[in-house]
Amino acid sequence: MKHTFDFVGKRKITISISLALILIGIIFNLINGTRLDIQFRGGAIISYSYTGEVDQHAVQKLVNDMTAEEVSVQVNENVKIAGSDEMQNTISISFSGNQSISLEKQKEITAALAKNYPDNHFEQSESNSVDPTMGGKFLVKCLVAVAIAAVLMVIYVALRFRKIGGWSAGVFALVALVIDVSMVYFTFIVFRLPIDSNFMAVALMILGYSLNDTIVIYDRIRENRRMAGPKTDIGDLVNKSINQNLSRTINTSITTFSAITVVFVISLIFNLPSVTSFALPMMVGIISGCYTTNCIVGPLWVLWKKRGSKGKSDKKKNNQEAPANV
Amino acid sequence: MKRVRKPVFFIVALLILCFGCASIFGIHGQNGDIPITYVKGINDIRWGIDIRGGVEATFRPADGVDATDDQISSAKAIIETRLVSSNITDYELYADKTNDRIIVRFPWKVDEKDFDPETAIEEISATAELTFREGREYESNDVGSDGKTVAKTPKGVTKENVVLSGSDVKKAEAHAVPKEENSAEMEYLISLELEESGKEKFAKATERLKGQYISIWMDDVMISAPQVNAVITNGEASITGGFTAKEASELAQKINAGALPFKLETSNFGTINPTLGNSALTAMGIAACIAMVLICLFMLFMYRMPGFIACIALIGQMALSLAAVSGFFSFASSFTMTLPGIAGIILSIGMGVDANIITAERIKEEIRNGKTLDGAIDKGCRSSFWAIFDGNITVIIVAVILMCVFGPSNILSFWFGPSTTGIIYSFGYTLLVGVVSNFVMGVGASRIMLRSFSGLKFARKKWMYGGKGQ
Repeated sequence: MKHTFDFVGKRKITISISLALILIGIIFNLINGTRLDIQFRGGAIISYSYTGEVDQHAVQKLVNDMTAEEVSVQVNENVKIAGSDEMQNTISISFSGNQSISLEKQKEITAALAKNYPDNHFEQSESNSVDPTMGGKFLVKCLVAVAIAAVLMVIYVALRFRKIGGWSAGVFALVALVIDVSMVYFTFIVFRLPIDSNFMAVALMILGYSLNDTIVIYDRIRENRRMAGPKTDIGDLVNKSINQNLSRTINTSITTFSAITVVFVISLIFNLPSVTSFALPMMVGIISGCYTTNCIVGPLWVLWKKRGSKGKSDKKKNNQEAPANV
Repeated sequence: MKRVRKPVFFIVALLILCFGCASIFGIHGQNGDIPITYVKGINDIRWGIDIRGGVEATFRPADGVDATDDQISSAKAIIETRLVSSNITDYELYADKTNDRIIVRFPWKVDEKDFDPETAIEEISATAELTFREGREYESNDVGSDGKTVAKTPKGVTKENVVLSGSDVKKAEAHAVPKEENSAEMEYLISLELEESGKEKFAKATERLKGQYISIWMDDVMISAPQVNAVITNGEASITGGFTAKEASELAQKINAGALPFKLETSNFGTINPTLGNSALTAMGIAACIAMVLICLFMLFMYRMPGFIACIALIGQMALSLAAVSGFFSFASSFTMTLPGIAGIILSIGMGVDANIITAERIKEEIRNGKTLDGAIDKGCRSSFWAIFDGNITVIIVAVILMCVFGPSNILSFWFGPSTTGIIYSFGYTLLVGVVSNFVMGVGASRIMLRSFSGLKFARKKWMYGGKGQ
């Protein structure tokens, strides 16, 4: 066997790293705040493609004066179009309120842009307008979906691994999932991506991936336990299982990570924000999933198991010492 | 160990490659001038509106009116009539009766040049104009998207002479009555109840037009043209004419739609230009190809023989997923493929790669522990199975939850009402299909191939499976 890494012994370091990352995430969250996508909070965005040059502020002023609403305008230049060598510019107008806009208003804006910038060939490429009450409902629905999925998965793990202490295995797998999902969440925060249905999809995906990783290790622990007998030290058992699985975990993470990276790079070139905001958090989630499985779940679980068994064998001692502790 | 015979590898690999080609390119024939699709390929996949562009809109009664379930059904019927008559084929239309909403989604027509989504949304949600007109003369005859003839635009006396309008109608209901007295055979008819304002007008018209026709129009489309058999003076009439139960209730719904006491307002809408969507599709296609090549190279380099077999199995898995989406199999109807749907396929391929990696790692380990090749393959396959199984089941749980929660009718319907967005649903569907394909290909076919292939003479060297030396 090659050299082994003592994951269980190094738990103080590995757990501190995770806690530090979460802390940094929380600080970012306090500074940046959480941006909900209009899908969830309601609101409107219209995007146009155009050719040539336009003044961002002039467009903003035009729409502002016309609709009597705060709008922000973002310009994206030189975007590649599939199937041709031409480059295109896009501009997106987002309304700051959380109300949907009317169809008439949208038509007026399109007409006004065409009239004021006849040479720029404004063409509407995408529009979205969501009513706030419906958006809120959608958000709650997504959260409920994530919660149901997480609970079902823990129950499944608990049942499948009851031989090695099912419920604690399930709960520590859940701890890893919570860390992974918060990493995905912090990615959205750090890169100022709005929380949208992509976030839900990534969160669910990472739940599945990370749990899959954890299960493969639990499976190994179960197998090693069977071969080594119940007397073996749980710490050695977990360490051995993690190390045996290490190349599998890393290789799988490399393949999925590179596949998603390709998606990310390509969608960056083609300027597909809906895909990039899916791929980037996914990349972070895969790394985090790989890390938590190896460095967090096993060591934490060992800690819990050892405390439990110590508690049992030392029960008498504890009882005697109990008065002194009061 | 169970030996699998040598030719099996070639048979399975060949089958997978043929199946892969069929599911990508489809099988098409030509009968005279009419092209026939025997097997649907990648070009026959129905792309969602986020890829080929289109419109999505949610309508609800304006001014916060609380509509009854029947009224929402009627409003849905209007929208459906308009979609069909304007020849929009694959629309998706849901009525959410709990929340009084109607959700419609439809792609651009292929030949559509003018990009004017706002007008399209306004047109289909405009208040329906119901009229009863004298005679049944019309200008044009179209074939709607449901294959039936649609008579459009009244002319002549039918255009001139409006007998009743929507506000004169109180309600219409579909009924079943025995055909003749004491007969078991049922006949379906629509009973019509008029408002005070309509009674006298209708009495006069039926008196004058007895034996002739009065046609019923919604907007510009003739929905029925019954013959007047009797003079109706009390404002209660019935329309008969050999309707089926479905036709009768549809007609009643449409008539009621003209008498709806509220307007529809657009609460949400989204539009996507087809060029933008196309660009996304090309990008995802390129990404999928590059990612596939990278994964195959990695597998070949890291795991040699098992890696090579994993690549064939991956092609099979991808083909199976595509086939399930395009409607390749007659039992699975085709599915609308959206961008998250493509993401679902990519991710399930990740799971497929993982299954092969787990097995290959185990085989490598056994060989390094000094097992014979056959013994190592056997043990490696056996001991890795449950880890793969458990991992895949949890992903299936995620996929099923997504489908249950975001499907057209779902487990949370009682709480949130049916379908708010179908886009996440398609992610769940492709993920589920992908993971199931993984069981078939990544676990089933790849193991058969591995066992058979390892029987070939040149493939019996241990280094090919990650062992050291011989």
